[in-house]
Amino acid sequence: MKSPHDLASLTIGSVREGLQAKKFSAKELTQAALDLAEAENPKTNAFLTFACEHALADAERVDKAVAHGGYVGALAGVPVGIKDVIVTKDLRTTCGSRILENYIPPYDATAVYRLREEGAVILGKLNCDEFAMGSSNENSAYGPVRNPRALDRVPGGSSGGAAASVAQGTAVATLGSDTGGSIRQPASFCGVVGVTPTYGRVSRYGLVAFASSLDHIGPFARNVEDAATMLRIIAGRDDLDSTSAFAPVDDYHALMRHPVRGLKLGLPKEYFEGLNAETGDVIHAAIKQLGSLGCEIREISLPHTKYALSCYYIIATAEASSNLARYDGVRYTIRSDGDSLTSMYRNTRGSGFGAEVKRRIMLGTYVLSAGYYDAYYRKAQQVRTLIAKDFSEAFKDVDALVTPVSPFPAFKIGEKVDDPLAMYLSDVYTLTGDLAGVPCMSVPCGESPEGLPIGLQIFAKHFDEATMFRVAYKYEQATSR
Amino acid sequence: MRLTEPEVRYVADLANLRLSEEEVSRMSHDLGEILTHIEQLNELDTSNVEPMAQVLYEADETATLREDIPHTPLGNREALANAAASGAGYFKVPRVIDR
Repeated sequence: MKSPHDLASLTIGSVREGLQAKKFSAKELTQAALDLAEAENPKTNAFLTFACEHALADAERVDKAVAHGGYVGALAGVPVGIKDVIVTKDLRTTCGSRILENYIPPYDATAVYRLREEGAVILGKLNCDEFAMGSSNENSAYGPVRNPRALDRVPGGSSGGAAASVAQGTAVATLGSDTGGSIRQPASFCGVVGVTPTYGRVSRYGLVAFASSLDHIGPFARNVEDAATMLRIIAGRDDLDSTSAFAPVDDYHALMRHPVRGLKLGLPKEYFEGLNAETGDVIHAAIKQLGSLGCEIREISLPHTKYALSCYYIIATAEASSNLARYDGVRYTIRSDGDSLTSMYRNTRGSGFGAEVKRRIMLGTYVLSAGYYDAYYRKAQQVRTLIAKDFSEAFKDVDALVTPVSPFPAFKIGEKVDDPLAMYLSDVYTLTGDLAGVPCMSVPCGESPEGLPIGLQIFAKHFDEATMFRVAYKYEQATSR
Repeated sequence: MRLTEPEVRYVADLANLRLSEEEVSRMSHDLGEILTHIEQLNELDTSNVEPMAQVLYEADETATLREDIPHTPLGNREALANAAASGAGYFKVPRVIDR
């Protein structure tokens, strides 16, 4: 065999084996992945920018290193993709927005840098909702992404391209970002693994800021093991992000192989209300499976769950309205002229941002405006404390929580686009994890009767990604094949 | 709750956003709907609850201070490379002082 014939089933481990056994070279693999990505793009629109020349040059370097023998990196030759809100040196980064249409970053995000150091080959940049604001990837200025599992449906959002490219078999793994569910929800909709680590576990340096106290970088992959490999590489203290944590990074691969027998799993009852019936059946079957593996299942309560959406939309939009003030027509490529400095700012921002971004800047500006700060922002921060306490109380009694990721599987393109509140409600089960800062992930656990993927969400204690991976890995092992 | 169109225009000015008449009307409806939903937070008595100003902070106060060793900063040319307009090593903006 001269080239990797089945890209969609490749994993980080099988790329390593293939390179070592000389079944294919990194250059052949990269070329095959780029060819497939370009051929699929008219259908799914997952990629916004291809990095063909850079990728092939990086792959050649890997091949030379392999030929010389010695250590070539944990991701040597692995084709990866990067969500377009994460900056890549000399590779266009648009954030899915017109306002950054021609922006070429002068540096790599720390997470991207760490992937490159391990030999990963970056195929290109992945489509997403504009500035990661959305739940369906329909807010991209460059058109929606289509779900590779059902092309008339959304891939989820905001990291739609990052989930879709792993599902369609172009990238073996990708980096996305999660502020309210933007990794877990698309992972669930596309049938791949998606991980939102503990707040501070992965440096945010080079992640274009949306809501700084809620933003996370995390991986997508085809299985739990690959997701853990990706996280282990990008995790850990970075002096360029003062909120990145000093806590040591665990050996996820060793720890996730420990038995789950006796682990206590909580089912927060609030996450099973308002769930569509088909999703409920699949989730309950998955919980039963975990029970048969020896996990002890307990119903618990996270009583402030119903306030999460309101809390989130105050804090996230307030932070966004500040973070997005920098797009002023001066530093970042696009300018619409005006007869004064202020009118230039207003014209640039008015024509450069899309409808959802403007809506959130407006809401955030309103809740922070004179006289409203205490009523909205301070109140929301207090409610955030209550939501975080719900989790810390629950984790006194249980080791992890299992819930659905979304109340329903992937919906049709256009179905919710005219109703912002209905769209926001598709994130009700994921927002809480970002507000509390706990690690959480989506692992595929079945399909709806129409064949749409459904994901199981697992939450763990702060910095206890190892237990989260253990539950996901043992579940995956018990149900695959 | 409803946000009036003059209120929408006032907030748009604060945010430096030019909105069309159609956008102002749409924004008045959408923001009103979201703010109505948000009012549910008033059901909660939070008078004795600390606001969550830090997500996680387990390190010493000085832990994030690095050694005072100079680093090479981004050069002037790189910093200006994405400017909408630049000249003589500076960002250029529309005239702000009339002579």
